[in-house]
Amino acid sequence: MGKKLNNALNASMRNPLNADRRTDRFVGIVLLAVLYIVLFLLDNFLPQTSFTLMMIPVLKKGAIYSLLCVSMNLLNGFTGLFSLGQAGFMLLGAYTYAIFSIPESQHEAVYQYFGGGAVRFSFSEAIGSVLGANAGSWLGAIIAIIIAGLVAAGFAALIGIPVLRLKSDYLAIATLGFAEIIRAVFQWEGLGVITNGSNLLRKYTSFSNMKIGSLSFATLFPFLIVTVCIALIVLLINSSYGRAFKAIRDDEVAAEAMGINLFRHKMLSFVISSFFAGVGGALLAMYQTTIQAAAFKTAMTYEILLMVVIGGIGSISGSCIAAFLYTACNEWWLRFLDSGHLGSLSVPFFRDGFRKVIFSIIIMVIVLFFSRGIMGDRELSFTGLMKRRKAKKTAQPEERGSENA
Amino acid sequence: MSDTILKITDLRVNYGGIEAVKGISFDVPEGKIVTLIGANGAGKSSTLRTISGLVKPKSGKIEFKGQDITGKDPTSIMQGGITLVPEGRRIFPDLTVQENLRVGAYIRKDDISGDLDWVYGLFPRLKERSWQAGGTLSGGEQQMLAVARALMSRPKIIMMDEPSLGLAPLIVRDIFAIIREINRQGVTVLLIEQNANMALKTADIGYVLETGIITLRGTGAELLANESVKDAYLGT
Repeated sequence: MGKKLNNALNASMRNPLNADRRTDRFVGIVLLAVLYIVLFLLDNFLPQTSFTLMMIPVLKKGAIYSLLCVSMNLLNGFTGLFSLGQAGFMLLGAYTYAIFSIPESQHEAVYQYFGGGAVRFSFSEAIGSVLGANAGSWLGAIIAIIIAGLVAAGFAALIGIPVLRLKSDYLAIATLGFAEIIRAVFQWEGLGVITNGSNLLRKYTSFSNMKIGSLSFATLFPFLIVTVCIALIVLLINSSYGRAFKAIRDDEVAAEAMGINLFRHKMLSFVISSFFAGVGGALLAMYQTTIQAAAFKTAMTYEILLMVVIGGIGSISGSCIAAFLYTACNEWWLRFLDSGHLGSLSVPFFRDGFRKVIFSIIIMVIVLFFSRGIMGDRELSFTGLMKRRKAKKTAQPEERGSENA
Repeated sequence: MSDTILKITDLRVNYGGIEAVKGISFDVPEGKIVTLIGANGAGKSSTLRTISGLVKPKSGKIEFKGQDITGKDPTSIMQGGITLVPEGRRIFPDLTVQENLRVGAYIRKDDISGDLDWVYGLFPRLKERSWQAGGTLSGGEQQMLAVARALMSRPKIIMMDEPSLGLAPLIVRDIFAIIREINRQGVTVLLIEQNANMALKTADIGYVLETGIITLRGTGAELLANESVKDAYLGT
């Protein structure tokens, strides 16, 4: 009985009547504007409390991970290519960003073992010297972020040629191997003049440099970049290319019989996904203010994969929801479990690491009860929610009736 | 006599290490329904897959409207006007019915709204289910979707690989009625079938394929009356 209702609901939620689509777009833009305003106020006018001190980093990181999840979802969820190279492309993006954003004066300090390094060019500085420091930070960061994405995309195009001919698990292993190789290469002392070997890169333009006058955009900046990127990915998925990706995911043979060039489309999805992974890596570098290749382990890829699975493979909004929930649980809401006490009570087993135990249990419970993730392959939409509420209200008596029968 | 739209000459195909098609030649006249019948492993599917470019032939020649298309890639063959309805339907289960149809028109860059109306007219059931995921349709509806999806590319020839497979007799009749209707609207049909009875009743011309070679040729009615065809495929 519930199944029929669910099917009808599914159909009605998939059916984007033009009026509904317009409402959704309008509601989305309004919500986004409200979000931007709130973040702007948080950055500048609201008093810092212990609450906001915990929340703001979670918001920034959640936004960055949203982009990373959506970019992985484009490949794994929408094109059906099981790739585990995310950390490698993030590393490429993060390093590209950092290398082109360290000001000249800081080179001696950062590359202290490598004679100040070879790349002595910072976009922020170059533009800043012409247009002023603030404009330099903004434009320089945006240009460096785009180049970070392009470098990641370029590497994806190169390794895609051999790797994308592989299927399922083999593709996962090959991309995983690629990420590990990249990490090792970036830690190699031989490339130290560029990568600083196994040492940190630091002193580059970070979120706190994002200012206009005396107003700070430290939290708003990552949200702006991330929302633009996700909007681009959504446009792609809703285009005829997106449909071709989904067709390949559903049935490669049939897709090929429909005249879809498999290799070209897989490559396109792989390159675009990697571009945004590179952008995400660059944002992560800005967020952390220091980066080190050693941190871009496969565990990072798995973490993103976990968020994608929890959110729902093939759902953009699911990925975003999961990214924020995951980050908030991991870094904020469950912190008290590590603190050793609950309120004024001392609890002996609440000590370092206990948070991770509870977190793992929560994840297992979620996966057990939402076997297709929080959102499945559906998207969150205002009109969809309204229809669901309405349908539930009208369907309830009917459902009870059929249960009796 | 109508013109030959598709001409196959001495086609040989290796598939999975064995020679599946051992030098077959046949013609498809424009505007007709042509059927290849034969048992499992006779090389029927391999023939269609080779014509559509999914498999490269070992030797032989495929001519479409007088042009050699042997060994071309599936995309350009489809752009030329040859479409395959693959065996086992193979619709996209997680895409909606309409998305399935739009993917069928993927190679076209022009406006397809008229063609959507056209196939919805041919298959009213699909219009009702337009926003349902393809995987939730029944077997017969999925087969109709597969045919409709192929028609969305506006083919000159539609090739169908066992459209009656696994369907109830009543639905098989519907499918064949649709095949005749499509043909009446000017699309040449190349049909391969194990259900020889239905296929020969529908087809203008039939070929019997046995272990990679053509053993018989005739009009549908002639083959239906042929003793050896009766024995081997009609079970009477």
